[in-house]
Amino acid sequence: MSTYIIRRLLLVPLLLFGVTVLIFVMLQFLSPVERSALYVRDIPKNANAINGIIKHYGLDQPIYVQYWRWLVGQTDPSSGKRTGGILFGDFGYSRTASESVVQLIKDRFPNTLDLTLWAIAPVLLVGIWLGVQAAVHQNGWIDQAARIFSIVGTSFPTFVFGLLVLMLFYVKLPWFPPGRVSDWASILILSKSFHHYTSLLSIDSLLNGRFDVFLDVMRHMILPILTLSYISWAVFVRVTRSSMLETLRMEYVTTARAKGLHERDVINKHARPNAMIPVITLAGFQIIGLLGGVVITETVFNFPGIGAAAASAAEQLDVVTVLGFALFDGLILIVSNLVVDVLYAFIDPRVRLS
Amino acid sequence: MTESTTPTGDNALLREAVPVRTIGRLERFLGPENYRIITGLLKTPASILGFILIALFIFIALAAPYIIPPVRPDADAYMIPRDGYSSEPRPMMATWNRNAPPLPFWWKPITRTDHWVHILGTSQGQYDIFYGIIWGTRTAFKTGLIVVIATFLIGVVIGSVSAYYGGTVDNIIMRFVDVFLTLPFIMAALILAAILTPIIGQSLWPAVIALIAFGWMEYSRIIRGDILSIKERDYIMAARVIGAKDGRILFRHILPNAIFPTLVLASLAIGDVVLSFAALSFLGIGTQVGYADWGQVLSFARNWISSLTTYWYIIVWPGLTLVMFVMGWNLVGDALRDVLDPRLRGKS
Repeated sequence: MSTYIIRRLLLVPLLLFGVTVLIFVMLQFLSPVERSALYVRDIPKNANAINGIIKHYGLDQPIYVQYWRWLVGQTDPSSGKRTGGILFGDFGYSRTASESVVQLIKDRFPNTLDLTLWAIAPVLLVGIWLGVQAAVHQNGWIDQAARIFSIVGTSFPTFVFGLLVLMLFYVKLPWFPPGRVSDWASILILSKSFHHYTSLLSIDSLLNGRFDVFLDVMRHMILPILTLSYISWAVFVRVTRSSMLETLRMEYVTTARAKGLHERDVINKHARPNAMIPVITLAGFQIIGLLGGVVITETVFNFPGIGAAAASAAEQLDVVTVLGFALFDGLILIVSNLVVDVLYAFIDPRVRLS
Repeated sequence: MTESTTPTGDNALLREAVPVRTIGRLERFLGPENYRIITGLLKTPASILGFILIALFIFIALAAPYIIPPVRPDADAYMIPRDGYSSEPRPMMATWNRNAPPLPFWWKPITRTDHWVHILGTSQGQYDIFYGIIWGTRTAFKTGLIVVIATFLIGVVIGSVSAYYGGTVDNIIMRFVDVFLTLPFIMAALILAAILTPIIGQSLWPAVIALIAFGWMEYSRIIRGDILSIKERDYIMAARVIGAKDGRILFRHILPNAIFPTLVLASLAIGDVVLSFAALSFLGIGTQVGYADWGQVLSFARNWISSLTTYWYIIVWPGLTLVMFVMGWNLVGDALRDVLDPRLRGKS
């Protein structure tokens, strides 16, 4: 077990190195002038001043020098002040958002996290249950509905789905508006009496005892949650179903039935735990899917998270900002993949013994 | 027993004893395993519906100039003709005032008039939606085919080198693949397209290159797995014993036997590629405004969200087209997964 975890941990620096190199290589497509946004706020118009900046930050140096400087930043010898340096959490300056990229991520990420948690939690709870039901009653109505839903669901582009639900539930029936919160709620949230315990609005509003704010937050989030998660529903139900079907054909399940166990115990205690193994792998992939999915979902619903920020930066060709987001996403994914792999080893002895 | 027992070559006795299945020419050509894949794809009603949808779109793409001809023969047919410049969309069957393409041959026999209209209305900026959908089908196939062929080739080369040499080479290449898989696909494609747009200019290419650069990894993993199992077989050992070179063993002996599942999988990925391309266009990355491409046509709706009940046609028609296209490929792909699933093998 510990060898497996150590081997897996050793992979982390390697992946980090790989991802930073990949992003740095993409940065090299930009001209030195554009790359100076990694270090300075306002890029001057004057040609001499630009050359000065390029010289000062070594943007004309060999690529490995530049890579190192990008990692650790540039320290001014006289004042000891450091500029840049992604290892110290300086991802550069966002021209389109007029603030530093890290600040932008800090402002926006809690919203995205709020959305993704609400999108994935019901799927994990109810989606798996539905999948098990579909397998137990194979070719029953849940099974057929899950099959049709999953094909239609995976064929529906997120942005088409998002626009359609907006058309129905915002324009036609004014139930669920886009955006983050209503004006009255946002005034309340910004007031001093509202404490930000977790930065997640849905949870903070409950902790503050403001159920009306919570309802307003959920009213704005329900359509994005639906848009972000309908594909996950489809995929989870199907994978759980096929994994469960396979497990139910195993001989030990027959044994359990033969010795007279109640069918409920056969399914819940014997079959289901083993059928969960591929579902956990899938959960890992879903994190990648969600981080990609928020780009479109947040754009459609005008939801102020990192996805919408990345999309609007990309649309205005603000590459330094988008690469900052990519770096951040990469970090999250490396960590979450690590967690999934370790979890996997705990659950499935075959993984840690191989 | 004076009867002559000259062998006639007719194994009538044997045929009665053992059921012999006649093997058709197609099966002989493809080999039993690949033949099973092809016939498996044609079995379920869902996959047949998928093939019908795909065929319909191929027909639309081929017949685009006859369904709705370009405004002038010398103009770029992929630019959607604009009927004026006002931003507000116009409803279905609105009269076509300016810049109308010539009447297609089928219009008069069906409607019995010379009165040319915007069949599905116009979107923001008076771009004709019907034109965008029809010519957008060509764009979809163009981008889909380019991306699928390129990712397939890159994936096969990288995956087969990795599997064939094994050991350290395999390890390094697979970590390389891991790094590419660490960025969320749409995010990575978005960045690369945004970087490439100022360099190449607004066209199909930035998005296409971005989708290629981050789309090959799955194929390299699949072909790697297939090659790993094939390279242990006896005939590969035999080839090595007689002194065949690495390249010859890989390209003549291993790849032809390993490539088919990946090939079929790749060809069915066109739906996904078109979906991702449309997503990038929808976000405003890629082709210039007015290019006939479904994501672009849909992105016009982003400014009209609060009045979508009036202008529903600006999302419903292009949206429906995209869904039908992707669903066609998914239906066939779904059947393919059943056929390729090793756990279900031998049960059909």
